[in-house]
Amino acid sequence: MIRISGLGHRIGSARILDDISADLPRGALTALIGPNGAGKSTLLRLIGRLETLQTGQIALDGRDIRHTPTEALALRMAVLGQQTAIASRLRLRELVAFGRWPHHRGRPRPDDARIVEDALAAFGLLDLGGRFLDEVSGGQAQRAYLAMTVAQDTDWLLLDEPLNNLDMAHARALMARLAELVREQKKSVVTVIHEVNYAAAWADHVVAMKGGRIVARGAPHEVLTSGILTQLYDTPVEVGSHLGRPLILHHA
Amino acid sequence: MARRTVLLALAAGLAAVSAIWMLQGLPSGPARGFVLGLRAERLAGLVLVGASTGIATILFQTVAANRVLTPQIMGFDALYILLQTLLVAALGIAGFAALPVWAKFAGEVGVMALLSSLLFGALLGQGTRDIPRMILTGVILGVMFRALNAFIGRVLDPNEFAVVQQASFASFSKLDATLLPAGLVLTLVGGISAARMAGRLDVLALGRDSAISLGLRQGRFVPMVLALVAIMTSVATALVGPITFFGLIVAGLTHGMMRSARHADLLPAAALIAAITLVLGQLGFERLMGQAGFLSVGIEFAGGLFFLFLLIRGRIR
Repeated sequence: MIRISGLGHRIGSARILDDISADLPRGALTALIGPNGAGKSTLLRLIGRLETLQTGQIALDGRDIRHTPTEALALRMAVLGQQTAIASRLRLRELVAFGRWPHHRGRPRPDDARIVEDALAAFGLLDLGGRFLDEVSGGQAQRAYLAMTVAQDTDWLLLDEPLNNLDMAHARALMARLAELVREQKKSVVTVIHEVNYAAAWADHVVAMKGGRIVARGAPHEVLTSGILTQLYDTPVEVGSHLGRPLILHHA
Repeated sequence: MARRTVLLALAAGLAAVSAIWMLQGLPSGPARGFVLGLRAERLAGLVLVGASTGIATILFQTVAANRVLTPQIMGFDALYILLQTLLVAALGIAGFAALPVWAKFAGEVGVMALLSSLLFGALLGQGTRDIPRMILTGVILGVMFRALNAFIGRVLDPNEFAVVQQASFASFSKLDATLLPAGLVLTLVGGISAARMAGRLDVLALGRDSAISLGLRQGRFVPMVLALVAIMTSVATALVGPITFFGLIVAGLTHGMMRSARHADLLPAAALIAAITLVLGQLGFERLMGQAGFLSVGIEFAGGLFFLFLLIRGRIR
């Protein structure tokens, strides 16, 4: 469980997060939703220690992340931020292999190679493994980063908008893959999602944020209601139902 | 492995060039020993300058996540010139000339390392992520050093100014042999430290977010690498003076030849390529063209063209 208590964050004079307290459940797929500027990414990056904690506390499975060595955290949670171009010329297989670095610290074992191949296969990248990162499309690069994160083989996965650049088929495949990781390997996933229907279809737990605060959280059918979403996005939203899950309608 | 072959070929190339350097046109008789000793000193100097510049540039580019910036472009050369000017202004010509060589060298390395880590340290205090701001600050400081230098130059009397000018042009021909032992020690220590960091440098090259996620102590590691860059650059600058674009050429050649992102390959390759370039270039200017030009001028010209090429091709990110 990730326990967040009294978390606040400022950039300059702008208040990004305002006294947030929440528990994110273990063994579940948690979706962070909300309008632009709600503080979703900042919250995720604070949990993943990509930003420095200003006020408040975050505990990962009972251990304060501020007092846990970063090497130890890397064995328990993998964080995927939004991608920026990297300067070095890497093949996809080399990139994915870096996911094993926290485990071997520069001395790969045979096991590591096998896990890397499995991760490449899981994201349909086996044929592209020898290509350079700047020779593949944005979506293929995004899948390679996801494969690296999965290859890190941690209990927790924190993903910042992993659906960026992915087409419909790959987006659905990724969500299915994440759900499978949660159900079969008992992993816990926290992900920022913009398209609420992906949260509706796959998430076990939904956290809705607005203006640096948590507006609602709970199971998808509790949070993804017409009332909450209309207020959350300041725009009229209807919610139907499809295959027993909420279906958010925002076309007209 | 293809990379190992390239490295071996580079090492063989350096050995061959060094042999030509030592043996070409050697006089017979009593002068032979004297010439050999002189050439060995110069060879050691060129190899040291090459190795330290090559390694410093690769390290800096990894930290800056940029293939075009080098420590020299960040204003190290300007700081060096300012240091020379201040020394002459404070001590006068006689005092400047009377400075013990080793003390002057140690001072230069120390001051340059200190100032550059202060500059980087101040910027890195707040989260180690604002690399563009660090680079901008570096460029602005470079301009400031140059302006200060020009100002002090006006105040100096013409004779002193001539001494300053002498000290502030790069020269591979008037390299001071008494600096070599200290330079050798610093380059060795720096090179070994860099080699030990190779794995962590590979992770750092993935970018800040990925590096932290993989458990690299990024906030502590980056200043360590920058201190190393400062020391290595200081050694090269103190030995031969400022050469702005040499590191850029070396880094470009290294990435072109190695086609690898592993620092275990890049660092030794950069050191070897830089050493070969310098020895070969100096051979050409000194023995073929009979000192009709200066190697430093040739390097700046070629490097400047390469820099423009990178700019025009849009390779600067």
